[in-house]
Amino acid sequence: MGAARTMTVVRSSATSSANAAVSFRDEVVKLIDVSKCIGCKACQAACIEWNDTVQPIGYFTGSYQNPPDLTPHMFTLMRFNEWVNPKSGELEWLIRKDGCMHCAEPGCLAACPAPGAIVQYENGIVDFVQENCIGCGYCVKGCPFDIPRISAMPAKAYKCTLCSDRVAVGDGPACAKACPTEAIVFGTKQEMLHHAAGRLIDLKSRGFAEAGLYNPGGVKGTHVMYVLPHADQPELYSNLPANPRISPWVKIWKGAATKYASLAAMAAFIVGAVVHHVASGPNQVSDKDEEEARKLIEGRR
Amino acid sequence: MPAEPLDAVEVKRHTLDVRIAHWIVALCFILLGLSGLALFYPPFFFLTALFGGGETARLLHPWLGIVLVAGYLWLFVRFVSASVPAPEDMTWMLRLGDAMSGREENLPEIGKFNPGQKLYFWGMAILILVLLASGIIIWNAYFATATSIPTQRIGLLVHSIAAILAILGFIVHVHMVTWEPGTLRAMVRGSVTGGWGWKHHRKWLRGVVAGKRAKPGTSAPAE
Ligand code: HEM
Ligand code: SF4
Repeated sequence: MGAARTMTVVRSSATSSANAAVSFRDEVVKLIDVSKCIGCKACQAACIEWNDTVQPIGYFTGSYQNPPDLTPHMFTLMRFNEWVNPKSGELEWLIRKDGCMHCAEPGCLAACPAPGAIVQYENGIVDFVQENCIGCGYCVKGCPFDIPRISAMPAKAYKCTLCSDRVAVGDGPACAKACPTEAIVFGTKQEMLHHAAGRLIDLKSRGFAEAGLYNPGGVKGTHVMYVLPHADQPELYSNLPANPRISPWVKIWKGAATKYASLAAMAAFIVGAVVHHVASGPNQVSDKDEEEARKLIEGRR
Repeated sequence: MPAEPLDAVEVKRHTLDVRIAHWIVALCFILLGLSGLALFYPPFFFLTALFGGGETARLLHPWLGIVLVAGYLWLFVRFVSASVPAPEDMTWMLRLGDAMSGREENLPEIGKFNPGQKLYFWGMAILILVLLASGIIIWNAYFATATSIPTQRIGLLVHSIAAILAILGFIVHVHMVTWEPGTLRAMVRGSVTGGWGWKHHRKWLRGVVAGKRAKPGTSAPAE
């Protein structure tokens, strides 16, 4: 996607983030209510339809999950997990719509080396700008949710755009529009938090004491949130991380301390070399050395 | 380069294969450094223009690394025996101040390579090995799924730190060549003046001369 002009960019990869101080106006959230999802994959189909991607036909691997993983052509994926609840002894079919979480603190954006290849809009949407992407795959390493996928040729990063091109003109994401049970809803953050609170009251009244909203603080919150019946164990939902955060390795690698220490060391070595040259150089070979060598070579010593 | 004394004798120092390998490694290293730093630090991203843009810089970098490794392997085989630490190296190291001020008269006689050069040889060998291993781990086009993402995160940090250390070594290496006039021609023409050998690598020069006497007519340097 090109960076949509109708939304204001507040952060941009590999560029100074001076704008990041601007407060988000009209933050948007896509709320996915796992308890309402029937696993029909209308959202997955709508995503392919709207983004005009072609996912090659694969093989049946014994699960409804198809394709088995996210791909550069599949920005969202219904993940299916069968779990026997030890308390009730009943089998629960846990289905989670996987895709970009649109973190408030995006690890992909922090890791990206290409100016403007990843942008964050003031409404919270994190978007990849393929014309600026160099296909290095750093975003994959930066992401705490294992979301970005790199295409083969040309190598470009792809993921859910939260339908930034639809949101930019006042519409909602294609998946939310297609969902027959309203398990996916979209609106301002305030509206969605309110909606989620209502859903949690309902779930708790029906015995899901641990029901909760998934909006992890480790990445300063997300703009895709889940209502989870078992929010105390998010890993049950196909390894949804309990405490996602940008890896400390990525933070050290991308940290100002590493960058400036490296630059300072290189500058110091260059300056040191020049100073050394001026102070005690050059280390010339004298005529006497040549004379001694000649004597040695001619066998005079 | 200053004018040589008219009566300077020429001594062979590096054979053609070594010189070719050296310059392949040098060129690759500079290109790797430029393309790597462009990705390491965003204000340097403009350097990718030298390669035809970010995508080509990203694409070429690992392949240049493979060529560099092949070149360094050649240098390694040709230089390793002359880079083994010698008994006098310790004394030389303890008198580093004299070495860095050009007071060779206070230093022990040195073979083909001085301890600083040996350190650079072994240090680069280790760093290149680390860069190769970490570089493959983070080579997204072919090895994206060969290792886990947590491993790749460590790989990125290790690769960038090893690269910075290698660049620091490279700065010193280039500096020493300009600081000791008459050194560059060893890698360009393959020869040095006798006086250069006498001043900087007297033990080596004695070896070359002794070798020549033993086998008259040969001028191959002792490697
Ligand atoms: C030995 C073989 C090498 C291999 C296989 C290799 C491979 C890679 C790869 C795959 C990347 C990620 C970007 C890309 O896909 O192009 C990278 C980045 C980088 N490389 Fe290398 N490389 C090698 C040697 C070197 C050397 C000798 C240097 C230093 C002169 C160097 C400096 C860098 C730097 C600074 C980065 C950027 C790291 C960052 O973004 O923080 N590499 N390398
Ligand atoms: S692959 Fe990811 S990290 Fe690399 S330039 Fe593209 S968006 Fe940025």
